[in-house]
Parts: sequence; structure tokens; C-alpha cells
Amino acid sequence: MTTPDTGVWIVVAVGGALTYALRASFVLRDDEGDLHPALDRALGFVPAAVLAGLVAPSVLAPQGVVSLVGNVRLVAAVVALVAAWVTEDTLTTIGVGMAVFWALRFLA
Amino acid sequence: MDARREFVAGVRAMAPLMVGIAPFALVSGVAAVDAGLSPAQAMGLSLFVFAGTAQLAAIDLLGGGAAPSVVVLTVAVVNARLAMYSASLAPHLRDFPRRWRAALSYLLTDHVYALAVTRAESQGVRSLRYYVLGLGATIWVVWQAGTLAGLALGATVPASWGLGFVVPLTFLAILVPELKERVNAGVALISGSIAVLGAGLPMNLGLLSGALAGVLAGALATRGER
Repeated sequence: MTTPDTGVWIVVAVGGALTYALRASFVLRDDEGDLHPALDRALGFVPAAVLAGLVAPSVLAPQGVVSLVGNVRLVAAVVALVAAWVTEDTLTTIGVGMAVFWALRFLA
Repeated sequence: MDARREFVAGVRAMAPLMVGIAPFALVSGVAAVDAGLSPAQAMGLSLFVFAGTAQLAAIDLLGGGAAPSVVVLTVAVVNARLAMYSASLAPHLRDFPRRWRAALSYLLTDHVYALAVTRAESQGVRSLRYYVLGLGATIWVVWQAGTLAGLALGATVPASWGLGFVVPLTFLAILVPELKERVNAGVALISGSIAVLGAGLPMNLGLLSGALAGVLAGALATRGER
């Protein structure tokens, strides 16, 4: 019982427009005024905060609840984290992470 | 030429992340087929929303027959972090013509943002628009092609492969170098912990509250600096 066609197209149009509005919200603003220094400083922490917020749940709680024992994603992510720290190389990080993930998943 | 060189630099910076983006796009195409969306509707989402996590959430809800208003609200909340990206990147893009900023806004995704802001801080903003265009064009092409491939393959891509796991790995790859700065490590710890505790919440609210708390903590910890 998928949502009816018209409903899906409404989501495409309105969801798309809202998403664009969020993306353009500050970039398209023309006022030249400098940001408040505190806000400017705070925005510098956006990458670390959002990236950690994206990664941590999908590794520590892939099904929505915290899972530490027998969590293949967690083991793979820890190994990938070490690889990232040492090499700072994207492909190596992804490659090592997926290799450990698949090894544990299909061979263990 | 400066423009061309910067564009290519953007393409090259984004290219390795495509190892993660391509399977993610594939998975989103497959999910759309499973949920009963038509190929046109799935591509409509991919082109107009162009944000993986929000698309997957929308597809899941639409497949379950949710009301359009609920789905639209979910998309807006899941994508609220894009406004933070917009605010963070705006000062770096301020001097570029309006139509450039309008176009680059459309391309603003997690990966584009993270690479663009790193570049702006290390190399300055002089030709940043071409660099960001290179980043965005690369992920856009791969995302659309991957979605199409997923629509074509449908259920022949088994869920047991766990292809979705490449996505957090791409984020991890960009995050880890940031953590070498101690404040960032603290910010990430706070944000990550809250996001994990809120992992069961609807609409990615755990991520949103974690990110806000992390940013706030970082600002408080560095009070009086600069």
C-alpha cells in the first residue's frame, strides 16, 4: 500500500523545494554583515559534530538500539578508524573497513 | 587556466569517496523499487531532493503508505543539517555572483560541504567556486547514475551484502583527520554519544540534537579565543 502517485509527486516537489531552501538559506543571503564572532566560532565545529553524529549511530546502534557484542560494524569501524588516523587516506579507510566487515560477515 | 584546474582539483578530491557514494546510490534505487515507486518517481526524488539519507527515509515512508505531509516533514528534519552547512559555507562563498551561489547551493551535500570547508580553510576562497562545482558535479553524476543502476537491478542486489556500510565509512574517512584537533575530538564525542542515545528516535532527531549539542559545546569550550 504505497502512497498514491499524486502524494509521491507532492513529496518530490515540496520535499525538493524545502531541501533546496535549507541548502540556500545562508549561501544565498546578500547582507554583507559579519557573523557574530561566537556564531562564527561555533560554525567551525559543524563538520566534526555532524560527521560524528552521522557515523556513531550507524556503527554503535545499527538497528536503533546500542549493540556492542557481536557487532561486526563496530569492529570494522574501529579498524577503519585506526587506518584513517595513520594514513589519512579515504580509499584506504573505506577499503580496510569493508574488507574487515565482509571478512567477519562471510568468513567468521 | 585557474578555473579548470580548480574544477579538476574538486573532481579529484571527491573521486575516492565515490567508492562509498556509488553503492549508496545503488541501494537507494533498489529501495525505491522495493517500496513500489515508479522509476520516474524515484529519479524525481534523486534529482529534486538529492540527499541520500532523506531519500531513503522518504522511500521507506512512502512504501508504507504514509501521508505526504508526514514524509515532507521528515525530509525537512532529516535535512536540517544542510542549513548548518549553508551557514558555515556562506562566508566563504559570499563574494561570488548570485547565480553561482544558487547553483552551488543545489549541490551542497555532506561530502561536498566537508571537503569545501576544508579547502576554504587551507587554500583560501579565491577560486573556491570552481572547486566546489567540481566536487558537486562528481557526486551528482555518480548519484544519479547509481540510482538509475539500482532501479534497473532492483532486487538482484541482496541486502546481505551490507553495501550500506560504506556510507558511514566515507564519513569516518573525512572525520578522523579532524579529530587530531583536541576540541574537535570533544565535540565529536559529545555529538556522537547523543546521536547514539537518540538512534531510535524518528526523523534522525538523534543526529540533529547531537550535532547541535556538539557545536554548542565547542563554542563554549573556546570562549575567549580568537
